[in-house]
Amino acid sequence: MTSLPLRSSRRAFLAGGVSLLVVGALSPVSAHSYSGQLPWLIDNTEPPVPVKPGGWYFFLPDEVALMSAICDRLIPADDLSPSGTDAGCVVFLDRQLAGPYGRAERLYMKGPFHPGLPTQGYQGPNTPAQRFRKGLAAIGKAVDAKTPGKKFTDWDAKDQDAFLTSLEKGDVKFGNGLDSKTFFAFMLENVMEGFFADPIYGGNKDMAGWKMIGFPGARYDYRAWVPQHNKPFTGAPISIAGSVQWGGKADK
Amino acid sequence: MSKVLPRKDVVVVGLGWTGSIVSHQLAEAGLDVVAIERGPWRDTATDFNVGYMPDELRYAIRRDLFLQARAEAITVRNNTGQDALPMRNYIGFLPGNGVGGAGVHWNGQTWRFYDSDFELKSHLTDKYGADRIKDLQIQDWGVTGAEMDGYYDRFEKLAGISGKAGNIKGEIQPGGNPFESARSDEYPLPPMQMTYGPSLFADITGKMGLHPFPSPSANLSKNYVNPLGIAMGQCTYCGFCERFGCANYSKASAQTTVLPALMRMPNFEARTQCEVLKVEVPKGAEMARGVTYIDSTGEEYFQPADIVVICAYQLFNVRLMLLSGIGKPYDPQSGEGTVGRNYCYQTNAGTRLYFEDDKKFNPFIAAGALGQTCDDYNGDSFDHSDLDFVGGAGINCIPSNGRPIETRPTPPGTPKWGAEWKKATRDTYQSSLAFGAQGSSYATRGNYLDLDPTYKDNYGRPLLRMTFDFPDNDLRMSHYVSDRMEEIAKASGAKQYTVSRQKKGWNSAIYQSTHNTGGAIMGTDPTTSALNPYLQSWDVHNVFVVGASAFPQNAGKNPTGTVGALAFRAADAIRDQYLKAPGAPLVKA
Ligand SMILES: Cc1cc2nc3c(=O)[nH]c(=O)nc-3n(C[C@H](O)[C@H](O)[C@H](O)COP(=O)(O)OP(=O)(O)OC[C@H]3O[C@@H](n4cnc5c(N)ncnc54)[C@H](O)[C@@H]3O)c2cc1C
Ligand code: SF4
Repeated sequence: MTSLPLRSSRRAFLAGGVSLLVVGALSPVSAHSYSGQLPWLIDNTEPPVPVKPGGWYFFLPDEVALMSAICDRLIPADDLSPSGTDAGCVVFLDRQLAGPYGRAERLYMKGPFHPGLPTQGYQGPNTPAQRFRKGLAAIGKAVDAKTPGKKFTDWDAKDQDAFLTSLEKGDVKFGNGLDSKTFFAFMLENVMEGFFADPIYGGNKDMAGWKMIGFPGARYDYRAWVPQHNKPFTGAPISIAGSVQWGGKADK
Repeated sequence: MSKVLPRKDVVVVGLGWTGSIVSHQLAEAGLDVVAIERGPWRDTATDFNVGYMPDELRYAIRRDLFLQARAEAITVRNNTGQDALPMRNYIGFLPGNGVGGAGVHWNGQTWRFYDSDFELKSHLTDKYGADRIKDLQIQDWGVTGAEMDGYYDRFEKLAGISGKAGNIKGEIQPGGNPFESARSDEYPLPPMQMTYGPSLFADITGKMGLHPFPSPSANLSKNYVNPLGIAMGQCTYCGFCERFGCANYSKASAQTTVLPALMRMPNFEARTQCEVLKVEVPKGAEMARGVTYIDSTGEEYFQPADIVVICAYQLFNVRLMLLSGIGKPYDPQSGEGTVGRNYCYQTNAGTRLYFEDDKKFNPFIAAGALGQTCDDYNGDSFDHSDLDFVGGAGINCIPSNGRPIETRPTPPGTPKWGAEWKKATRDTYQSSLAFGAQGSSYATRGNYLDLDPTYKDNYGRPLLRMTFDFPDNDLRMSHYVSDRMEEIAKASGAKQYTVSRQKKGWNSAIYQSTHNTGGAIMGTDPTTSALNPYLQSWDVHNVFVVGASAFPQNAGKNPTGTVGALAFRAADAIRDQYLKAPGAPLVKA
């Protein structure tokens, strides 16, 4: 058996810190031959790297303000949960877009690029990061065209909602190769990921999204509950980072 | 220039479900076997670690364990009038990558097909007349259900399938599927314990006169030691099953059922991060010399071998045959050629019930194959004399998870964001239940696979092109079963329900199923099948091609029970027949 190298570079890949250039196989782990026994190396796991809030890796200051205002309307604060922004959705988006996801490292990005049919899926040449950059810029422009000199953040909630609804319907012309309806759906999908993903990725702070619906998170053994039909599960949610029951910090 | 390696008896391409079974059977026969796998090594404790496996974003949404389109994409279109474009992200179906293949992150719904499915053309022609199937390219498999029984039994015992037999040696068994074809033995483990959702579904459908039974599951109902001496643990209903590796050794896969034994055999070697580019067959020859592969450093090797077994998953089995010039490519215009012929899929439709909030389903208490099925409208278990289609669908209530990025239903008409969306999401999460119809997919002349003329992979080779749409017959079938689902929804007492019917224009941009079948099908006639009934290529005699690629058409059931059984059948044929006269076809053309 040849020995396994530590997969440190793959860990960094998940964390989004390192840009990798590998032809063919996506992992930098090199080829191996195994025979005669099960390969085993205790240090061979790849846990996720927790996101620490503080600073912006992708968004520019104006984009942070705009994205925060949007997240506050998509997921408004009420008695069910804090707002999308307060739940960390913008931090989540920032780290995702700065990492391999934002760079489309897993997508097929060779041309030619044709619009195609809806049944053929997204066919644009932009990476997710480029889609956000261009989409947010186009929103800024559309807002300025409507109310010159003002920004989305200057509008009241009612006007913001009306504008988001027109984006959702595709009524706003972006004029930069992007279509507002597709962009809105894409942005909403990513915001919802932030609200409901494990808090380790920067969103769903204090498991706010999970608490809203009653999802218990990263629990792994429900056997005692299987026969308890039609009784709501009562355990507190647990994140990969831990639970208050374990002295973890995630659940305050 | 490729570096030439020492010869092996057998080279297996791909170390997933079928590759691991075939490798083990052949290594046990004393052959020197090397399996070449393009993805990484993966094992439970290291790669499906309980400390971080329950991570929806990483595994279900970003799909960490799956094949990424950057490594190999597929182009898609609905018919030859359209231009095929690459699926830039795998969405509609999700092929596997790495040791264990798609068997790592499958659900584990493990079926046998009916006897009539194997002799479908003969059966339907006898019963309903040739005219009924004239628009379809339905074929017999060249193997009977009775012949398959023993192979199914071996796969079920290897995997510790938990279920209740419906028909043992012709005797109908209470609690099982009364439509099942006769089998020789019971499942190795009893069914899983039911959660509330499937129990309610069984109540409702049972009262309507249907015949619900526990779906056979590769999520183990009890601790188990399989015939290779490998121990597995009881499923804990964690709800992170499909798209995830199991951290508990509870879901049957190559890792939990074969590899611990296989890896200890000195005459077996696994090479990972090595992608097979081509099976080398000299022009016009009836024997392959071996395979060429490239490792992750870009180094190219030639691995000579006496026998080549392609176990690379249905899609990549077909692509490798096309790239290697094994068999004649199928031409939908003339109907001639065999490789790429009879690509089929699965014709699915769904129903969702919205109850008052007195129902608490705890949707997160779930497993990939935990549920109830009614087979009253599957295959030919119901009379089609007065109907305008053939085929059918299983109606399954298998609520496999409550992971909230994807599973957070809201009643129709609810906005997708804002305060109203929040309230509806909160109110519905606990009180909604889904079930679905998994329907058969029958071949037509125009649904096929070939090489794309435009798009290339990282080595400059053409991608696989898929031309597929749901045949009219299958849509009529699906609508008929959707009507039956609607009857169940009406009887359920739900305050609201939705039925999402299947429609023309197969959509690759929403997940439907990773049950791709056909393209290198088995049969008794070399002009209409690429493989003989032992999965041996008609054209290149030391090449065997194992997987759902061998299905002439797909039944209304998940494929892997049958895929696993065929892996045992092919391995037996190599061990017991081929080795006696190497290089000879097992069936005279
Ligand atoms: C999300 C999901 C859910 C599923 N649920 C079910 C279910 O409930 N029930 C059911 O019956 N089936 C299910 N399936 C299908 C099931 O996983 C497959 O039928 C089964 O894994 C097929 O086995 P295989 O050996 O043909 O392919 P795989 O198990 O995928 O193995 C193929 C291997 O070949 C490797 N390979 C491919 N090309 C090359 C190459 N050129 N060189 C080297 N190696 C290569 C791949 O990396 C892979 O490891 C599901 C699949 C998915 C993706
Ligand atoms: S549901 Fe059961 S079989 Fe599936 S991953 Fe969880 S413990 Fe394993």
